[in-house]
Amino acid sequence: MGETLIKTERLRKVFGDFTAVDDISFEVYKGEVFGILGPNGAGKTTLIKMLSTLLHPTSGRAFVAGFNISERPGDVRKNIGMVFQEPTLDIELTARENLDFHARLYGMDRRKREERIKEVLEIVDLGEKADELVKKFSGGMQRRLEIARGLMHSPKVLFLDEPTLGLDAQTRRKIWEYINQLKEKRETTIILTTHYIEEAESLCDRVAIIDHGRIIAIDTPGKLKGRVGEDTISLVADNLERLAKLLEPLDGIRVVKVTENLLISVSDGERIIPEIFSIAQENNIKISSINLKKSTLEDVFILMTGRKIRDNSDGKLWHVMRTRRR
Amino acid sequence: MVEVNGIYVLWLRDIKRYVRARSRIIGSLGMPIFFLAFLGMGFRRAQIPSLPAEISYIDFLAPGVVSMVVLFTGTFSGISIVWDRQFGFLREIMVSPVSRTTIALGRTLGGATTAIFQGMLMLIVSLIVGFRPDPVGTLSSLVFMTLIAISFTGLGIAISTLMEDIHGFQLVVNFFVFPIFFLSGALFPITEFPTWLKVVSYLNPLSYGVDGMRWSLIGFSEFNPILDFAILTAFSIGIIFLSTFIFERTEVG
Repeated sequence: MGETLIKTERLRKVFGDFTAVDDISFEVYKGEVFGILGPNGAGKTTLIKMLSTLLHPTSGRAFVAGFNISERPGDVRKNIGMVFQEPTLDIELTARENLDFHARLYGMDRRKREERIKEVLEIVDLGEKADELVKKFSGGMQRRLEIARGLMHSPKVLFLDEPTLGLDAQTRRKIWEYINQLKEKRETTIILTTHYIEEAESLCDRVAIIDHGRIIAIDTPGKLKGRVGEDTISLVADNLERLAKLLEPLDGIRVVKVTENLLISVSDGERIIPEIFSIAQENNIKISSINLKKSTLEDVFILMTGRKIRDNSDGKLWHVMRTRRR
Repeated sequence: MVEVNGIYVLWLRDIKRYVRARSRIIGSLGMPIFFLAFLGMGFRRAQIPSLPAEISYIDFLAPGVVSMVVLFTGTFSGISIVWDRQFGFLREIMVSPVSRTTIALGRTLGGATTAIFQGMLMLIVSLIVGFRPDPVGTLSSLVFMTLIAISFTGLGIAISTLMEDIHGFQLVVNFFVFPIFFLSGALFPITEFPTWLKVVSYLNPLSYGVDGMRWSLIGFSEFNPILDFAILTAFSIGIIFLSTFIFERTEVG
């Protein structure tokens, strides 16, 4: 693990009698993609707003890029890029003007500005739209432009608050691609909040699961899933009893039950399946069907809270949130 | 350096948006033009007791209407921060390294500049309607326009920090901006008011702006122009401090 870029110590934020962020401490290291996973209203956005100096913590301390967020907010802001959940572009300006405005706010000179605008527009495939007014952009294009803008001044830390919320599956995948490109370069440390399980699993090096303002677990996605155990394989074969006995002694396998099908719990499903097949074949047992269920971070969340992360009314909620702001 | 640059960038954005919104430029001049043209024609032959006979009503009215344009444009562009908040753009500015003071100053200067532009446009239009100002006086009228512009853009910014969303806008227009306009002596001399209203007018900073404008453009004034200048300067400096002070304390949730 490299240099610590973000450190929070018992960070709290209270609004009236509601505690949005409660006693949160964690560290993020250079080059990491760090996920904050939790249901809507868990305190993810409040946490990120404190780290980006938009909200003052009620108590506790935090350091971003080495600077105390309460004492040196200006220095913190110089070193971070921010992509908000809601649109924050000036829709009356063109894409280029939005980026140029941003670059000037960060004190970049003309040559650097022009160079970077080209680069970041390239990253998010908006090069051809540079001189169009942002109000003509679709939601997905606007989000891409926001990500480009967050990257403009080459920040040490990039905050992405629900970067794919409300986007269609195709655009979401595209944005994951951009984030993965950034991840490979390992120049920017990325903190992203999300309530999409797949997003946290596929993008993040480490994930903090938060609920009701508290961190309930923090680790790599693999190790977190290790807590719920394991993947489950269920299979149907012509001699289940015998197959169960043969599989029992293998490493990392636990036979759960044998009824009309065989249920086994394994640590690494993909790796073990071929082994099962070869054992079955050697012993002349015919497997007629096999099914692998991978454990997810959702299972981790359910294990720790007894609830699911996501309700299915997600799209609707986004709509309500947006209309309420009007 | 970042701060000076920040003020410039915010100013530039306001100017860009202003130049681009041609329909708004013309649209917002509509009402003042009608005020000038129709009131001017309607009261053409009316004689106001406290007004010297050689000053025609349209000459009296035009500086008032120009002040009106500066008042409205300035206040509105100050309040337009509410729009930025609603469309989220304020956050983009608030997480950037420029300080809150710089943001408030940049917005004040940007808004004030557009208000001055609008005022000058209105002055030009009033020439077409038949207003004949003192050519030298137009220079000193620019000074007063600037002071009015800064005062009310700053006031608009201060008001905007108290507004949650844009729904309060009509309230501000009808119960704040219009009374300021009517009580400023823009349409008739303050001397005509009953005493208690006169007192209110004396407390209205725009009264001194209108008076200064009128002194510059037609050489008639109810107060001493130096007093106009001093009070308005003091007010605009005060309002800059007030608006930056309030603005620094806002959290953008």
